[in-house]
Amino acid sequence: MAKLQLDIVSATGAVYSGQADEVIAPASEGEIAVLPSHAPLITTLRPGELRILNGQQETSLAISGGFLEIVNNKMTVLADQAEEASAIDLAKADEALRLARQRVAELPKDQDLDKALAELRSAHVRASIARRASDRRSPPRQR
Amino acid sequence: MANTRDLRRRIRSVKNIAKVTGAMQLIAASKMRRAQQAAEEGKAYADKIQVVLSDLVASLDQENLPPEAALLTQREVSKTLMVLVTPDRGLCGALVSNILRVAATIVRDSKTPVATVSVGRKGETFIVRTGNELRAAFKLSDRPRFEETTPITRIVVEEFRNHKADRVVIVYSDFKNLLIQRPVVTQLLPVEPSKAENATHSSYIYEPSAAAVLERIVPRYIETVVYHAILEAAASEHSARMVAMQKATDAASDFVEDLTLDLNKARQEQITGELLDIVGGVAAVQTG
Repeated sequence: MAKLQLDIVSATGAVYSGQADEVIAPASEGEIAVLPSHAPLITTLRPGELRILNGQQETSLAISGGFLEIVNNKMTVLADQAEEASAIDLAKADEALRLARQRVAELPKDQDLDKALAELRSAHVRASIARRASDRRSPPRQR
Repeated sequence: MANTRDLRRRIRSVKNIAKVTGAMQLIAASKMRRAQQAAEEGKAYADKIQVVLSDLVASLDQENLPPEAALLTQREVSKTLMVLVTPDRGLCGALVSNILRVAATIVRDSKTPVATVSVGRKGETFIVRTGNELRAAFKLSDRPRFEETTPITRIVVEEFRNHKADRVVIVYSDFKNLLIQRPVVTQLLPVEPSKAENATHSSYIYEPSAAAVLERIVPRYIETVVYHAILEAAASEHSARMVAMQKATDAASDFVEDLTLDLNKARQEQITGELLDIVGGVAAVQTG
C-alpha cells in the first residue's frame, strides 16, 4: 500500500519529514487518524499529541496547534510549535507547566485570559506527552 | 611637515580604529550567517502557508464571504498604516538612508494620512523627526524570535479591524546577497494571496469549516510575512554592516601606509638636518 509522505514544519524550521502508514493528529474537532489515500483535507489543530505510525515504528510529537493539509498522499502539518516527544526535557516541561498554571491563577482581571489558558493547555499537553515517552523508554529499557 | 611624534600618534589611533572595525566586521559576518539561516529555515513554512491560504481563498464563495474574510476585503482607503523595519544602529553604509528614502516617498505620495509602526530605532527617530504619526514603536533583540514579532501583527490587525487603517504596508530591506539589499514595500492588509501555482485543489474538505480555518490562518499568515520581513531585514543589516566595516578596515590600513610613509620621510629629514648641523658645527670648529 502507498504510504503518506509527511512533513511537519513550524515557523522556525522543518521539524520532521518522513513516510508514514498512519498519522493520528489532534484536529480541533477531535482526534483524526489519517491513512493513505485520504481525501483532500485542511483542518485546524489544537494542542495535543501527533502520532506517526510507520511499520513497527511509532513516533510521537507534541504540537501546540496549527494546520494540517492532506492532498495526494502528501500531508503537511503547519505547526505553531512542534517537538518530538523524546526530545522534550520532562523536568523542564513540568516546570513550564507549573509556571503556566501560576500565571493563569495570578492573572490580573483585564488581562488576556484566553492566551494564558491556551499556553497552559499546550504546556500541559507537552508535559504529559513527555512523561508518557519517558515511561515508555525506562521500564523495558529499549535502546 | 608634521613632526614625527604627531605622526606616530595618528598611526596608533588609526590602527586602533582598524582593530575595532575589523572586530565589528567579524561580528556582523557571524550575525548575518545566523539571520540568513533563520530566514532559510522559516521558508518552508512561509511557502506552504501561502499555498494553503490561496487554495482556501480560491474555494471561497466570492459572493457570500464569511465575516472572517474582512482581512481579505479591499475597501476604500482613508488611512494607511506603514510598518517600517529598520536597524537600531548605524554604521551599515547606505542601508538606513535607502529605507528611509522609500518610507519618505510613501508618506509624501500618499493621498491619505500615513501612520507608522516602527520596528527598530532608526525608523522611529526618523518618523518622530519628520513630524509624522507614530502609532507604536518596537525594538527587537539582535536575533529576533518568532514570539517577539507577533505583537506587531496583533497591533496591525487590530488597527485594520477597527477601521483605523484601511491598508497596511510593510517596508523593509530585502536581502538579495552580500552586496545588494533592496528596500521593498509589501502589502500586508488586506491580504492579497498571490494566485499561487498550485491553487488547483478547490475540492478540499475544511474542518471545522472554511470560515473557521480562514479565521485562524489569516493572522498566522500575516505573522509569517512580518517575521520573514524582519529576518530579511536583519540579514540585510548585518551584511551591509559587514561590507561597510570591511571598507573601513581597508581604508584604515591604506591610511596607515600613507602615514607611515610620511613618518619615514619626516624622520629622514630630521636625521639629515641633524647631520648637517653636526657637519656644520665640526667645520666651524676646524676653521676657527
